[in-house]
Amino acid sequence: MKLRKKIYMTAGYNTISLGTGRSEFNPKKSRPGIEHYIKEAGQGTLKKIGGAKNIDEGVIGNFMAARFNKQGNLPGFIPYIDEELQWKPCSSVEGACGSGALALVAGMKSVLADTAGTVLTVGVEVQNTVKAIYGADILAGAGWFQKRKNGHAYFFPGQFSDRAGAYYEKYGYERTRKGFARWFRNAIENARLCPTAQEHENKISDLEGLYLSREPNGKFFVDNLTVFDCSKVSDGASALVITSEEGLKKCGIDPQDAVEVVSFAQVERDVTKDPPDLTELTTIKKAVHRALDDAGITIDQLGTIETHDCFSIAGILAVEALGYAKPGEGADFVAAGHTARDGRIPINTTGGLIGWGHPTGATGVHQAVTMWEQLTGKAGEAQIEMPGDRPYGLTINMGGDDVTVVATVYKRG
Amino acid sequence: MNYEDRLQNVTVLGAAGKMGSGILLLTALEMADLGLKPENRSKSFVLNAVDISNDALKGVMKYLRKQVLKAAEKKTVLLRKMYQDREDLIENSDIIHQYVEDVLSIVHPTLRIESAYDSRLIFEAVNENKDLKVKLFSQIDKHNPEDPWFFTNTSSVPIGIIDQEANLGGRILGFHFYNPPAVQKLVELILSDNTLEEVRKFALAYAGKLRKVVVPSNDVAGFIGNGHFMRDALYGIREAERLAKDMPYITAIYLVNKVTQDFLVRPMGIFQLIDYVGIDVVRFIMQVMDPHMKDEELHSPLLDMYVEQGIRGGQNPDGSQKDGFFRYEKGKIAAIYGPYVKKYIPVDEIQETAEERFGEIPGSYIPWKATLKMKDKDAALKAFFDELKTMDTLGAKLAVRYGRRSKEIGEKLVRDNVARSAEDVNTVLLTGFFHAYGPINEYFD
Repeated sequence: MKLRKKIYMTAGYNTISLGTGRSEFNPKKSRPGIEHYIKEAGQGTLKKIGGAKNIDEGVIGNFMAARFNKQGNLPGFIPYIDEELQWKPCSSVEGACGSGALALVAGMKSVLADTAGTVLTVGVEVQNTVKAIYGADILAGAGWFQKRKNGHAYFFPGQFSDRAGAYYEKYGYERTRKGFARWFRNAIENARLCPTAQEHENKISDLEGLYLSREPNGKFFVDNLTVFDCSKVSDGASALVITSEEGLKKCGIDPQDAVEVVSFAQVERDVTKDPPDLTELTTIKKAVHRALDDAGITIDQLGTIETHDCFSIAGILAVEALGYAKPGEGADFVAAGHTARDGRIPINTTGGLIGWGHPTGATGVHQAVTMWEQLTGKAGEAQIEMPGDRPYGLTINMGGDDVTVVATVYKRG
Repeated sequence: MNYEDRLQNVTVLGAAGKMGSGILLLTALEMADLGLKPENRSKSFVLNAVDISNDALKGVMKYLRKQVLKAAEKKTVLLRKMYQDREDLIENSDIIHQYVEDVLSIVHPTLRIESAYDSRLIFEAVNENKDLKVKLFSQIDKHNPEDPWFFTNTSSVPIGIIDQEANLGGRILGFHFYNPPAVQKLVELILSDNTLEEVRKFALAYAGKLRKVVVPSNDVAGFIGNGHFMRDALYGIREAERLAKDMPYITAIYLVNKVTQDFLVRPMGIFQLIDYVGIDVVRFIMQVMDPHMKDEELHSPLLDMYVEQGIRGGQNPDGSQKDGFFRYEKGKIAAIYGPYVKKYIPVDEIQETAEERFGEIPGSYIPWKATLKMKDKDAALKAFFDELKTMDTLGAKLAVRYGRRSKEIGEKLVRDNVARSAEDVNTVLLTGFFHAYGPINEYFD
């Protein structure tokens, strides 16, 4: 979408991504509930913009609190962040793992429509409330329930395992696994640089060796992927504000400390249909090219990307959908290090879904926060250098198996 | 009668006990899986859980529900295939719940031994009392028209004697699980001279389905596992008694336990292991084995004294450890029993002086747990024991002697033809006792 006025995002905040891998995580002990995460992230953002008085509206992105936490009516938790938010308009949006970006889109549309000047947007998911085998049931809701019966016990790993299998078949197993191994290594190495990442404390030295030492085993998990191909179960929230030029002034924020949204594209595929091609992320392809066209740029002007690597195969296929590699060559492109933080196009610089974590409904907001950090020089140890001739960033958030997709182009404000 | 028919009606005697409940669980899972096969859907499978107390049976059913749920959660990938034709079962939670119901519906808890009169296979896990076993088997065999097969979990009574006294005509073998049966991979298989070939074949097939490691042992009281453990325990007791001439008795117990755990890189020290199994059980096993031993005495007055004072060890129904040589807090040794003062003395009171007595552990020490994941465990153990052998401390000397004695015991089991080979002895200690290395090794030579 070409925007009728300037839209900014700023004041990003991430909680930690809690789950296996974090030393705070103990599956036997009780953990903070969903309200804690909403409050921590929301307050983190409000502190940076001079308080709740500057907020006109709240939007929350979440996938399945109704099942993970037996909790509905999430808009009611926005005033819980700060009493000054009481009586302000709030809403919640859902689009599976794409819920976070849908929340951002809802906020942007409100600012574009002049129904709000500044919108607080929070993405949240708390998933460690059930064992993974039951969590798989809940997450399967991102697909069509009519297909659940014939799906895998681990439904979504099963869907993407089928994609990986088709890719191996077409382009070769060893070659692809090398690309996946490098994807895994990049994810963990980047996560080590980010204190909130789930894999921040991962100390394993030979990550590619570890990855390649394990073969997929369909008896216990899925046929074509191992745990190293998958994002983990995470609890977490992220927040930021969406605002206009006037809104920035009102909040006392220098545009240099904000990112401007240059364009965004929201694309939906029929959830009842199978993907047209298992070896292509067709919806993502449409979304990124629409967003780049609307921004009037090409991939050669992108300095960094945050993409939705719920599984390594989704990362590789996104690289191909973007056009960095021809179909079948995405794995080679990644294996050659081109997507590493010092490569041609650094992707997922704080670890992405595999390294940072994947609190499903929060992920879209987390990606935007990472982009804001990188483009405004606030990424700490994870900071990459943004080349002058490639000042743009891109995020891709996906819900379901390439069903609900939002691609967004940013530059520094 | 094929494998599945044999398993259509089974009884576990002593089903609420420590071993019986594990056997019940494994057998229930195996029977349910058979029953879920399309070709077996019309057959009914019955598993009688016989014991002597309703409360205990209630407890075992609770245990079973919890364990079957765990098993179902682990094998949901497979279960989805098994329930593929059930259109009403869609989510993992539906399928897991159904499986738990299906397994539990096979199990019939009862106080009545008569339930076993229709069974084709009887698992026995009652007390280590030969006469009781013989009585139960004779009674069942007399009333049961199926010519049932008897699998006894005895760890010490010779199978041939039971066979003969109960007049079973070779329809018996020893199928000795290790504790806890659901976890431990090892099964010792003991045949009498008369055990029928078809019984042996079935036992191997059943063990294979349960994914157990089978080690055959000859029908000599104690077999391989207890043949080693009882002698190893007696050696530990005698070492402690020897040391006690020169130091307080509780210090000696603490020292020998510590040396056998840390210096020998074992999962637990010898006295903790006796507590785990039960002081009374160990004493009883020795009593059962002793009459069959020609050239040695398997008896410890020390154990008699503990049992007389009511100090028995063993586990509570919830799996926690009862007081024995030691009192435990959160699984750790907190106090040591002084049989002369008849009370527990906090371990802190003697720990420091005791540890000074046996000296420091070598720098190349590796905790037992760390060996489980090691690629080159052998080299690391060799380096550690080599260093141990050069040291002049009390702890190092005790450990080296202990290691040598353990090897002698192992070699004796091979020499006496209880075990077929050194490898079988080592397999039993590695898989049944979770040792990091087999007793027949060259580390202490």
